[in-house]
Amino acid sequence: MGRYLIRRTLFMILVLWIISLATFFIFVKLPPGDPARRLAGKGASPETLAIVRHNVGLDRPIWVQYSRFAKGLVPFPGWFLNEQVYYSWSNRVAVKDEIIRRFPYTAVLTIGATILWLAIGIPIGILSAVKRRSVADRSAMVFALVGVSMPTFWLGLLLIFVFYYQLGWAPPTGINIGANWWDSIWQGKYILAWITLAVTSAAFYTRVVRSNMLETMSEDYIRTARAKGLSERTVTYKHGLRASLTPVVTMVGLDFATLLGGAVITEQVFSIPGLGVYALNSLYLTDFPAVMGVTIVAAVFIVVANLLVDIVYAFLDPRVRLT
Amino acid sequence: MPEPLLEVKDLHVHFPTDDGLVKAVDGISYSIQPGETLGIVGESGSGKSVSSLTVMGLVTRKQADISGDVVFEGQELLDLPADEMRKIRGAKISMIFQDPMTSLHPYYRVGDQIAEAILQHRDVSKKEAFAQAVEMLDRVRIAQPKDRARQYPHEFSGGMRQRAMIAMALSLNPDLLIADEPTTALDVTVQAQILELIGTLKHEFNAAVIIITHDLGVVAEHCDNIAVMYAGKIAEYGRTDDIYYRPHHPYTWGLLQSIPRLGEVTERLTPIPGLPPSLIHVPSGCAFNPRCAYAFDRCRKDVPELLPIDGHHASACHLSLADKDRILQEEVLVDR
Repeated sequence: MGRYLIRRTLFMILVLWIISLATFFIFVKLPPGDPARRLAGKGASPETLAIVRHNVGLDRPIWVQYSRFAKGLVPFPGWFLNEQVYYSWSNRVAVKDEIIRRFPYTAVLTIGATILWLAIGIPIGILSAVKRRSVADRSAMVFALVGVSMPTFWLGLLLIFVFYYQLGWAPPTGINIGANWWDSIWQGKYILAWITLAVTSAAFYTRVVRSNMLETMSEDYIRTARAKGLSERTVTYKHGLRASLTPVVTMVGLDFATLLGGAVITEQVFSIPGLGVYALNSLYLTDFPAVMGVTIVAAVFIVVANLLVDIVYAFLDPRVRLT
Repeated sequence: MPEPLLEVKDLHVHFPTDDGLVKAVDGISYSIQPGETLGIVGESGSGKSVSSLTVMGLVTRKQADISGDVVFEGQELLDLPADEMRKIRGAKISMIFQDPMTSLHPYYRVGDQIAEAILQHRDVSKKEAFAQAVEMLDRVRIAQPKDRARQYPHEFSGGMRQRAMIAMALSLNPDLLIADEPTTALDVTVQAQILELIGTLKHEFNAAVIIITHDLGVVAEHCDNIAVMYAGKIAEYGRTDDIYYRPHHPYTWGLLQSIPRLGEVTERLTPIPGLPPSLIHVPSGCAFNPRCAYAFDRCRKDVPELLPIDGHHASACHLSLADKDRILQEEVLVDR
């Protein structure tokens, strides 16, 4: 276990390093034009430009520039997302502060949506498999197909149109940055966003749970369970469900982590000031430190979730060994 | 004649599918006395597994058209409600399966899986059930049963898993144990051990056993009676000696000739030509006629009935007894 963790951690560092390198070149070095000019503004004099360029280190060799960024990615006190480098070029705040400020909105969105899609997707998937070929199963599969096929931006706008403009049941969208996230939940600001984000995943999970369940129920050990004289309920919900849901844990972990790094489209549609919107705006404004910061934070979520999922999986499936 | 433990009468199991009606079992009858061992032999797709799954109530009227009778200890099983059938299944009739590698649940400890069967049928505490499971593992000759009971199936070898399955099947002291190809997936050396174990435990537990296999060699030592199945029907039925030394059906001859024998210099085994028929489009007349070297006109028209030859022994073949005796002497038994 100890060796495993060390090996996995080293691997995580390698992955994050590659991501940071890729992000640096794609977003900082590849775009045409002089970043200093964008940073200094249109009418900046050559002297101002030179000062700006020097201040953000753009006059240094490229490897120095990268290592300035890279240093800020090392989780060492005072280094991680340090304000000397990770300082937003567009709105002059520390990237770290901005991420901390925006993260709760994304977290609330993600957690709520995850709970919702699991609560919808898993039971429907199970029901669908147990009552295979029934009307309920057919309807569930129609729901799954429609749900998977609907783009989130379209579904989001549709929900806003129906429940806000037409029916007036939902509050107007938009959460101001700085608004208390707990209050926003109770004002119902998240409900439509949760639904939007959850429907697509719920539909997908329904299909996965259904097919896992059907596959499991045709396994030999299910026949053994029946041969013991167990009730169909025990066979299905003890022997069948355990084996069907274990792979779902992996999916939940990774999907959840991906969204934690910013649910870009949903946040944009519902004007939720989360990490996704931050990343998007920073890209528009070619705010490189912010882009780097958000990207790496999102990457950390995914890499860590990957590790956690593998560890949890070893507890759920005795055949899996962490070596 | 005492009342048989299990009597299967004219059992038909037909599965409706999109391609047509699959006549997996098409009118078979047999009976077993308490403590007896019956071998059901046939190629894959001959209906041998389906017939026993039907006896277990694991193939039900929901999935298939079933007719005939399955009478166990004087009780008709086919009409039994699911709840009642569940009390018999696993307790009075239990079953072990072909592939021990996949027949145990990978997520639960072996001991717990055995204890689960005990808990289902007996009013005991979890602790007692687990203790009984450990005892059962000991009785199927698994060393260190206490430690083994706490292990997961993947920590067991194939032979050990089959032992664990046997322990589970016998844990409620059933009157009938159905072993569906219990050794097919195992190494040859382990096969013999498992069969030996079933043979010994059968006496210890005083249970009747049905061994289903495609290998006549497997059942030779362990069975009192043998039913040879072909295309959902019984082709020949008799005491083990009858089947081995006085076989009366060309299909049985074919099976016997395809068994390799030690100490015999044969260039090659004689396989039965052709393939088992599709159970949807069964050949007219005798289902075996396209593969039979002795088939004549009548075989292609009339379905032969299973007719007694002497006492116990019966076969379903149109050949005259005289012809069969002649062929048996001149062709089948010569290379023995």
